[in-house]
Amino acid sequence: MTLVLDAVGITKEFPGTRALNNVHLDLRAGEIHAVMGENGAGKSTLMKILAGIDYPNSGEIRFQGQPVQLTSPREALMLGIAIVHQELSLVPPLTVAENIFPGRLPVNRFGLVRYGMLFEQAQAALDKLNIAVDPRALVSQLSVAQQQLVEIAKALSYNCKVLILDEPTSALTDSEANLLLGFLKRLTQEGVGILYISHKINEVFAAADRVTVLRDGEYVGTESIAEITPDHVIRMMVGRELGDLYPPRSEKRGGVLLEVRNLRLPNQTARNSFQLYEGEILGIAGLLGSGRSELARAIFGVDPKTEGEILLQGRTLHIQNPQQAIRYGLGYLPEDRKIAGLFLEMSVKLNIEAATIPEVSHYGLVSAAKERALAEQYVGMLNISTPSVEQEVRRLSGGNQQKALVARWLSINPKILIVDEPTRGIDVGAKKEIHFLLRELAHKGVGVIMISSELPEILGMSDRILVMHEGSIAAEYASKTVTEEEIIRSASNS
Amino acid sequence: METTTPIHDTPAITPRPRIADGLMRLLRAREAALVILIILIGVALQIITGRFLTVPNLNAISLGFATSAIMIFGMTAALASGGFDLSVGSVFALGGVSVATALHAGLPIPLAILIGLGVGVVAGLINGLLITRAHINPFITTLGMMGIARGTSLAITEGTIVAGLPQEYFVWGQGKTLEIPNLILIALGIILIGDFLMRRSSLLRQIYYVGGNEEAARLSGINVQRVKLGVYTLSGFLAALAGVLSVSRFTVGDPGAGSGEELRIIAACIIGGCSLQGGKGTVIGGLFGLIFVGFINNGLILLRVPVYWQQLSMGIVLILAVGFDTFSQRWQMRSRGKKSE
Repeated sequence: MTLVLDAVGITKEFPGTRALNNVHLDLRAGEIHAVMGENGAGKSTLMKILAGIDYPNSGEIRFQGQPVQLTSPREALMLGIAIVHQELSLVPPLTVAENIFPGRLPVNRFGLVRYGMLFEQAQAALDKLNIAVDPRALVSQLSVAQQQLVEIAKALSYNCKVLILDEPTSALTDSEANLLLGFLKRLTQEGVGILYISHKINEVFAAADRVTVLRDGEYVGTESIAEITPDHVIRMMVGRELGDLYPPRSEKRGGVLLEVRNLRLPNQTARNSFQLYEGEILGIAGLLGSGRSELARAIFGVDPKTEGEILLQGRTLHIQNPQQAIRYGLGYLPEDRKIAGLFLEMSVKLNIEAATIPEVSHYGLVSAAKERALAEQYVGMLNISTPSVEQEVRRLSGGNQQKALVARWLSINPKILIVDEPTRGIDVGAKKEIHFLLRELAHKGVGVIMISSELPEILGMSDRILVMHEGSIAAEYASKTVTEEEIIRSASNS
Repeated sequence: METTTPIHDTPAITPRPRIADGLMRLLRAREAALVILIILIGVALQIITGRFLTVPNLNAISLGFATSAIMIFGMTAALASGGFDLSVGSVFALGGVSVATALHAGLPIPLAILIGLGVGVVAGLINGLLITRAHINPFITTLGMMGIARGTSLAITEGTIVAGLPQEYFVWGQGKTLEIPNLILIALGIILIGDFLMRRSSLLRQIYYVGGNEEAARLSGINVQRVKLGVYTLSGFLAALAGVLSVSRFTVGDPGAGSGEELRIIAACIIGGCSLQGGKGTVIGGLFGLIFVGFINNGLILLRVPVYWQQLSMGIVLILAVGFDTFSQRWQMRSRGKKSE
């Protein structure tokens, strides 16, 4: 079989981290090639480089044997490399046809769109792929699976030879996912090479021909699916020493701090009950969309919970909004620090004190001395690297931004701290510091709930682990005895 | 001591008392640049015309600013929260017409003033409720209120000016204390109090958080809805207050008063450092923006440039001010390189 795409020795560095180090990947015409690895392994970065969105620091990319420089997504598209992102990029209020041909709408000589022709072309494109979607339908009326197919039709309308799919089934139900996989199989018969990023191991084994595994930005290996087992792939993904990234666990555990009873999340049927003990770090694992963050947000009063009871030290809490949650001594570090956490244009000082304004105030007026003292205290304690507390937080590195956000929650002296992906996208040094900080909090009796997509982090940090699957707690493990393999199985229900 | 804090800092970047550091930030701040420009224009106009820096001329300019300056506080709050208030010009007229009508009907002065102010509070409260409860965006809501308040003023007065008000009422708008017009003192007082509160009050500081990142503010335990409700109520109240004082100055209630005022004030605030994205801006900056534009307009008059050119100059100044800001930010970004991907 011929190679359509061949990437050799790809290295990509971001400030403070090396996202990819000397990575190889070769894609044959007419194969489905899965790319696997844990979060932070570098899969998405590699795909972005192949789609012309990012440039590598070194390495060579050959397309159909010819070396190419991919400097923009458009250039990659013109060559025949299309990417379908995890988040769909369709425009919901427009029709399917308009979404398939954005920027390439057929026009008459007055520059007006020839809708008749547009719909015909779109129909043809959809027919060719056997997609039963009306080109005149609005994208907003389609199911997520149908939108996914339209996105693929859009990518293929460029006559692409390489189709990159980034977790295409993460938002689909099992039956929808099966339809999509069947569709991809048919597509390969036309000689299209498909790169398929997925976390779902059974899906990969059902559909892919080969699999390449990355770990911490390093190339681990490429295997033919027919010749290996799922366990083998998981070992390839995991195989690393935890080292001293994680602090030693504590031996003692206090009484029940928080009790959640029969909590039902919005749009879910399952009821969840669990307890959090004083001085414990409770890890919550699960796939994207399994309800981990929703659970945290429901407890913190961000999105209303549908039903259920929350008790703090035996007392029923009535939490309608984050304000009340904070008053009870709960803190919540959200998943996406830039969207939901930080005030990027504001100073480190203002970011740290955001949840504690009354405490640095006197008679309703903010005390300049107090707010400064508070900020400097935490900048020192958390070792936040910033020229001054007046520095705008957007100028800090990701790790220091995250530490500033952690500082905000430490300053409320929480009884319970919920952290959602506390170390996403930050360098190893800051990661370790945050890990030790969370353990120190637990030592002081704080109950910590830690949501993470990184299994090593879950295993390295947690005293106990809950695994979520489709809105419910599917399993509970003591972290001393459980393996990553077991957690992956519970999370994907396989 | 608190009072030594330089007046030109913004809440987003409060300078340190360390002198060199503080001075550097001072020079970077929008307010400082405006003060320098205002002084330059003043001196230039004095040299060219020889009669710019005279007490009567400055007095006349300041009186012209006074009522607008009062509304600057409310608009700064609205802009800092990430919205704006297009209804201030109409609420200004409605407040004035209400107090004039009440006085005309023979109500006692304090009660009439209360009615005028109350009308503004109600208008602002309705804006706030529509924005926070019905989730209608600030543009549509306050544009609607702009029409409603203007229409109500015209309906109450049947389109005519309300005159024949009691003499004692004019003391606010026309009287002087220590040779300084009362109106200027009131406006200055509101500006200074507003500026102080926006910088220091823990309640009003929440406005910047809401405008800076609404979701993050909510997750930090800030009651976003209540903050916004307060902001629009404040803006409505201040617009009505300005209208009430304006009637006292001009002796009549005019349903057409304050037309186009909302855009002038938004422009002044933006020249003074506010952003339509929210999260920043100071009251004093807005005042400087107003003075800056006012000086230019006054200069054009002194230079006998036809009055029609004033709007044009205002438009150019606005675009230059914002354009310069955008440009300098992009330049900063570029000089930092492609670090973030």
